[in-house]
Amino acid sequence: MVQGGYKYHQYQVVGRHLPTEKEPEPTIYRMKLWATDPVRAKSKFWYFLRKLRKVKKANGQILAANEIFEKKPTTVKNFGVWVRYQSRTGYHNMYKEYRDTTLNGAVEQLYQEMASRHRVRAPCMQIIKTATVPAAMTKRVNIKQFHDSKIKFPLTRRMARPSSRTFKTTFKAVRPNVAMH
Amino acid sequence: MPFSRYVEIGRVALINYGEEYGKLVVISDVVDQNRALVDRPDEVRRIINFKRLVLTDFKIDIPRLAKKKVLSAALEESEVFSKFENSTWGKKLAKRALKTTQTDFERYQAAVARKKTSAAVKKVFNKLKSASE
Repeated sequence: MVQGGYKYHQYQVVGRHLPTEKEPEPTIYRMKLWATDPVRAKSKFWYFLRKLRKVKKANGQILAANEIFEKKPTTVKNFGVWVRYQSRTGYHNMYKEYRDTTLNGAVEQLYQEMASRHRVRAPCMQIIKTATVPAAMTKRVNIKQFHDSKIKFPLTRRMARPSSRTFKTTFKAVRPNVAMH
Repeated sequence: MPFSRYVEIGRVALINYGEEYGKLVVISDVVDQNRALVDRPDEVRRIINFKRLVLTDFKIDIPRLAKKKVLSAALEESEVFSKFENSTWGKKLAKRALKTTQTDFERYQAAVARKKTSAAVKKVFNKLKSASE
């Protein structure tokens, strides 16, 4: 399963204002956004469009809504994400970088990280922009350290883990061996 | 003591969780501190968490994000998979896998055989014991 398993999917929604006598050919807007399903994607499209332009659902129409899939889901890329979120005190902008094979995976990481580090829930977040960043242009040290074709590091603190969920136990009679080798 | 197994491109690792328990894969690229891109000649390259991998002593010489052709050639040349199967670790895994597929009758046969050998050993041992006294 390379492309599946993500909660948020990328959609492209195309819409415009309804044609009027004054404006028979209104401007068409296309937006790429993340949502759990196409219905929510369309809803989010109207939410953003009515903030940005003088078009709303009551006087607009959707021309297309498609899901966008990753072209190369078997190579690792650096993704930059610009995000705006509402905290308990106000609105903040943020730029984050992730390494993943798909953009959806990077967005998934973003939602998880924002929830854990900043306690931001998904509805409070707006993804402004995303980009595939070339290695030389990345900013974050945590991403830069993996730009090495001769990368080499050990795995430390290895614990014997159950081979399946069914063998998982809360309590163990013997303390685990975490010897490093 | 320094570490002997490292996460590297070309490192052969074993999956130790779930359906694919015991499957050998090759690290093709490192995604981040928790995950690697792993490959196998008969599979699509995918991400796996280091928590579900155990590193082996074997490493093959491949470039980053090696093509399937290069990967299978390197695996064939180094014979890493068969080398692992013949190692103590690989034999142990094979033995364990064989045990799970045994039928009730086969288990019974094994128990009878075990009893027979231990009886024979005991017999000789007691003989030697009484001879030494």
